[in-house]
Amino acid sequence: MPNPDDIRNIEDIRSGNKLSGARLIQLIEKSDPRAFKLLKALYPDAGNAFIIGITGAPGVGKSTLIDGLIETFREMDFKVAVICVDPTSPYSGGAILGDRLRMQRHVTDKGVFIRSMASRGHKGGLSRTTKDCSIVLDAMGYDIIIIESVGAGQAEFDMIKLAHSIGVVSIPGAGDGIQAVKAGILETADIFIVNKSDRPDADAAAESLKMMVNMRSFPQTQLLPKVYKTNALDKTGIKAVATAFLSHLKFMRQNGELTRKKNELERVYFQSLLEDLVMEKVFESMAVSKEVEAAVKRIGSHEINPISAAEEIADKILGV
Amino acid sequence: MKTTNKIRVLIAKPGLDGHDKGAKVVALALRDAGMEVIYSGLHQTLDQIIETAVQETVDVIGLSIMSGAHLPICEKLVAMMKENGLDGVHLSVGGVIPYQDIPKLKKMGVGAVFPGGTSFKKIVTGMNQLFD
Repeated sequence: MPNPDDIRNIEDIRSGNKLSGARLIQLIEKSDPRAFKLLKALYPDAGNAFIIGITGAPGVGKSTLIDGLIETFREMDFKVAVICVDPTSPYSGGAILGDRLRMQRHVTDKGVFIRSMASRGHKGGLSRTTKDCSIVLDAMGYDIIIIESVGAGQAEFDMIKLAHSIGVVSIPGAGDGIQAVKAGILETADIFIVNKSDRPDADAAAESLKMMVNMRSFPQTQLLPKVYKTNALDKTGIKAVATAFLSHLKFMRQNGELTRKKNELERVYFQSLLEDLVMEKVFESMAVSKEVEAAVKRIGSHEINPISAAEEIADKILGV
Repeated sequence: MKTTNKIRVLIAKPGLDGHDKGAKVVALALRDAGMEVIYSGLHQTLDQIIETAVQETVDVIGLSIMSGAHLPICEKLVAMMKENGLDGVHLSVGGVIPYQDIPKLKKMGVGAVFPGGTSFKKIVTGMNQLFD
């Protein structure tokens, strides 16, 4: 028999109750077993939201840009949720989550939900539970979910596992044409945004990105990434960026790319769930943890090298 | 599965006073004590503070008040917390708080009061004690 509390909770979340939705996100972040029960029940309600990723280096104006995007999308009557991820301190495990302060004017809007998350040691620019959190917001009925990564360098590209459309934000003066052709987050962009366009060199920065786009070849299923200049502080150029995201969505819908992408994202999610679950079950089993402890001792006394020890245990687990 | 319990704190500055250096250093001290601190910036209305606490599922709301209006603000906020399903959330206040007001604040339901000059160590201990 399903728990009556759970049923009430699920109904509340489906109808968009912010308190209940937020509490489920808390349970998810605490890895509480109740969270998975609720997520399973809510999964069929998710899958309708358009998920936009915003990434870029610290201080380029991601949060301020999102503040403007919320305004524009609300004018278009979309319900908007934002997940902003900030880094967890590797020293104390604490975090300052300060992205939302740029968006506080929207907080009392009924059609807006903003949630801050700490990365909690996860390396790819998001947190381990960002995907689960987006499922909750999706099931709550938000039309657009904007995910803001931690201030990203070159290699934090977990966003490709989550977002349908990715905007990479940069600022003038942050590197030349060679930076623009390096592998990394720049490759993940569907839309380029050069923010702080009132600064000198904004045109040069936009040009070097355009040149990079022109040098690459893109499959026909992909829209050629465009470069937009914005000044998020005074909202210059924000509407064009919002429209560009929606055009990208339309393009992907028309050519079937959206379905393909969604399926691919689900596959990635499912695989990581499976990996986590298998690892957890394997390491929870007493036999394996005893083997591991024994191996650690043998490695310590130089009786065996770590590579052979790992191979031995893996073979035993798989019964090879 | 392993569960993680991290204290989530909202540091908020209600009303018109524009000094947030104190709020920021306290936020840092709490971060260094392993807490997740949401900082919502200056000039927050009580509605904004309540909504933020709801959406962020915080365990504590920490107000920084230098304007002298701590008594009416806390009284109103405690009532609003109840109305909005935040009964289980703790409230703490710091800033320019005269000592004679501390018992009044505690009576209203404020869990911890940190007047100017309180050491970081005392603030961290006081925050942790809310959960004992």
